[in-house]
Amino acid sequence: MTGSNDRIGSSTVGVSTPAVELSGITKAFPGVIANDRISLRALRGEVLCLLGENGAGKSTLMSILSGLYQPDAGSIRIDGREVRIGSPRDGRELGIGMVYQHLSLIPTLTVLENLMLGSNPGIVLDEVRARARLGDLAARLGVHVDADVRVGALSLGQQQHVEIIKALWKDSTVLILDEPTSMLTPQGIEELQKVLLGLKASGLAIIFITHKLHEAIAIGDRVVALRQGRVVGELGPEVLRTGTPHEIQGRIVEVMFGEDPTRGPQIAELREDLAAERSDARTRLEGSPEILRLDGVAAPGARGQHGIEGATFVVREGEVLGVAGVDGNGQRALAEAIAGQRRSSVGTIHLGGEEVTNLSVGARQRLGLRYVTDDRLHEGVVGRYAVGLNFVLKRIGDEPFWRKGTIDRKAIETTARSLITEFDVRTPSPATPIGKLSGGNIQKALLARELSFDPRVVVFHKPTHGLDVKTIAAVRDRIRALAARGVGVIVISTDLDELIDLSDRVAVLFAGRIVGVVENGPQAATRIGELLVGGEAAA
Amino acid sequence: MSEAAGRTAVNPRRADGLIGRIGLALGPILLAFLTTAVLLAILGRDPVAFYRDILLAGVLRPSGLQDSITRMAPVLLVGAGLIVSFRASLWNLGADGQYLLAVAFVAGVGSRVIGDLPPVLGWVVLAVAAMLIAGAWTFVPALLKARYGLNEIVTTLMMSFIGIAIANVLIKGPLKGDEMVPQTFVYPEGTMLWDLPGTTIHVGVVAALVVVVLVHLVLTRTSLGTRLDVLGANPRAAVHMGIDVPRLIVVAFFLSGALIGLAAASDIMGIFGYVRADWDPGYGLKVVPLVFLAGLNVIAFIPIAAFFGVLSIGGDYATRKADLPSDFILVFIGLLFLFMIVTQYVSARRARGEPVLPAWFRRTLPARDATEGDGG
Repeated sequence: MTGSNDRIGSSTVGVSTPAVELSGITKAFPGVIANDRISLRALRGEVLCLLGENGAGKSTLMSILSGLYQPDAGSIRIDGREVRIGSPRDGRELGIGMVYQHLSLIPTLTVLENLMLGSNPGIVLDEVRARARLGDLAARLGVHVDADVRVGALSLGQQQHVEIIKALWKDSTVLILDEPTSMLTPQGIEELQKVLLGLKASGLAIIFITHKLHEAIAIGDRVVALRQGRVVGELGPEVLRTGTPHEIQGRIVEVMFGEDPTRGPQIAELREDLAAERSDARTRLEGSPEILRLDGVAAPGARGQHGIEGATFVVREGEVLGVAGVDGNGQRALAEAIAGQRRSSVGTIHLGGEEVTNLSVGARQRLGLRYVTDDRLHEGVVGRYAVGLNFVLKRIGDEPFWRKGTIDRKAIETTARSLITEFDVRTPSPATPIGKLSGGNIQKALLARELSFDPRVVVFHKPTHGLDVKTIAAVRDRIRALAARGVGVIVISTDLDELIDLSDRVAVLFAGRIVGVVENGPQAATRIGELLVGGEAAA
Repeated sequence: MSEAAGRTAVNPRRADGLIGRIGLALGPILLAFLTTAVLLAILGRDPVAFYRDILLAGVLRPSGLQDSITRMAPVLLVGAGLIVSFRASLWNLGADGQYLLAVAFVAGVGSRVIGDLPPVLGWVVLAVAAMLIAGAWTFVPALLKARYGLNEIVTTLMMSFIGIAIANVLIKGPLKGDEMVPQTFVYPEGTMLWDLPGTTIHVGVVAALVVVVLVHLVLTRTSLGTRLDVLGANPRAAVHMGIDVPRLIVVAFFLSGALIGLAAASDIMGIFGYVRADWDPGYGLKVVPLVFLAGLNVIAFIPIAAFFGVLSIGGDYATRKADLPSDFILVFIGLLFLFMIVTQYVSARRARGEPVLPAWFRRTLPARDATEGDGG
């Protein structure tokens, strides 16, 4: 490792010298060129947005900058000086702080313990210094962080603050955030924006990776659009700070999809026919019988999250009921209470007029209740099992997949093949272990399992979280189609855009209680936001 | 183009897989043999003679071969019992207590009543009773795990100690024969399991083989097997899939104990005919590494059980002849387990294409690596 670890004091560097300058970075993986001669510069006091769909090469580029990968060609300059970043450790020493898309904190350790992991010099833990450092950085972010609370008990937004503090721990000059909003709530995103503004003002260069246009516009000072491993366009502050958001959005789409205008409208947030669809839905729902009813349902929380109390609502056939709320406010308890995975201690649940309060998970499934879990990898599938077997894991022992208790692999494979085609699951074969598929394809496989075999009520928990734009659109189309068939649908999500996009009504969950239900319509987002804020004020 | 590349990448790996899998099983055995040889040499014994004695007494002499095969039966059944629970990630470490309670019953009660029962029916009744007793001994850990999530490693071990103690109390007390020594009555002449014609191998061995094949079919073909595997892979997924997890835990533990109880019945009715107090073959802990060596696959476990049979029968003779304690053979088994883990680690790293040797070691290697580094 010959990479220079010398730091250059920022005072000796002119304002115009980019904090980071990448020139001609190229990185190929077997079968794909992830980065093709990419050049870009990040300035101090500026947020550079790296915009692109999944697979555009954003994450690869940032992994190169953080030292995880070595580029095949090209050079990296930090504060004007060419460096070689041989490892993430080199990267940190050079002042590059990285916040990954998936949180890397250890939930059973406290905030302070997490921060001291790997950053503590010597053998003895220097808790006093670490505590002071945490205080400084939290103040710089403008947030309050309790040093002694276990990370698992924090909300995702708070955990992200800790991640940022961890990334800044070594006096970073560049902060890279890889899709930091994909799992945050509207409030969390707003708070993150504030944090970033503050950090920007303190002279940090920030690189913000996203695939959401409106975030790029709201947060970025400059936007660099990537497509298929190449820079396809760059918009500077002069463009981003003039014109209406809609115009800017147009410019970006032009830059990203220029010669291929058919691709733009695939992005869900650009759809303009939503309002029309929604009014159709309302007439459709009139007089529709109720399919799911909860009366005063309470269920305990687990793992530091809220339980639910007094949950009372009705879902009609063909209706999409959205459930909004900040993460950890009882979403999981609600979903699991409906699915039967968590026994409700109080209240009743009726499915199509039949009481199911005391029925097991399996019995509810047989009555047509389905739950698409948010924890795809650890709850939704058994990763080392074949895709085909995963399709029938909720029907173990049932005909025709098991005959007289003995597995019929042919029957499973036949069904698997048709589901794979119907739900467009991209897998080499039905026998491939499902854990080897991408997140989007695992989600499609889950949908295939839950939406086949005549569902009557389907609970979706964060159905599009962490997926790429195309799969998000596909999943949302499925949900709409499902409701159109007369199935009762509950969508629990922290993505307000998604709830507005899909729901007929939106229930707002706060601290385990439903604090209001909003009819979807022109002002719905504002009113949901008010309820979320009101709920927070009430606490 | 990329498809062709994919195919060429897969094929050698598949061939590698077959050779690799055999290597994965044989490699640790060879390494254990080599290391034990060094130990023997240090102790002043002739390793070649030692291994020759094992082979002689365990395989080459007809009586030794038959003994080795007979020794397989309890190992097979205990192993199958452990595999049933381990596949569900339920760690039944209480095999010894379950085994000895069944032993105490089959020897103490069986020796008194077997004469009054018609031959085949008597064996079946006692075998079923042994399975029920050993299975029932898992209820406390199983229920504690199913209802309160208590760690079964601790509870099965504790119940094992209690079970062993109770078995000894029974053998010294109510189940004691009328001699001065603390042991049960001996099975009357002609009431033991029949031997296969012309051999000393009792029919219990055949029954054990049939049972383990059945267990394999249950584990791989039936809905129960799938449920056990899902629970083993991920308890949260099991709940999500609608599996009645508490009930499954109790069933898995019971089956595990029942198979271990069957091993006890086979041993007493097929080989010993009685039991002394404080006798304990300690199958539980000896078999645990072996079932992992078999990758928790019952069929793969059969040759390993055979190997164990040879090793323990031949080892008895070889250690006695070399004037070593008979426990010396456990040194070999311990080494085997150790090398097995190392081999699996190395092959897993190679499969992921990661370097096997640690970085500091590779850095000390001269020439090629260094020049490559400069070039890049």
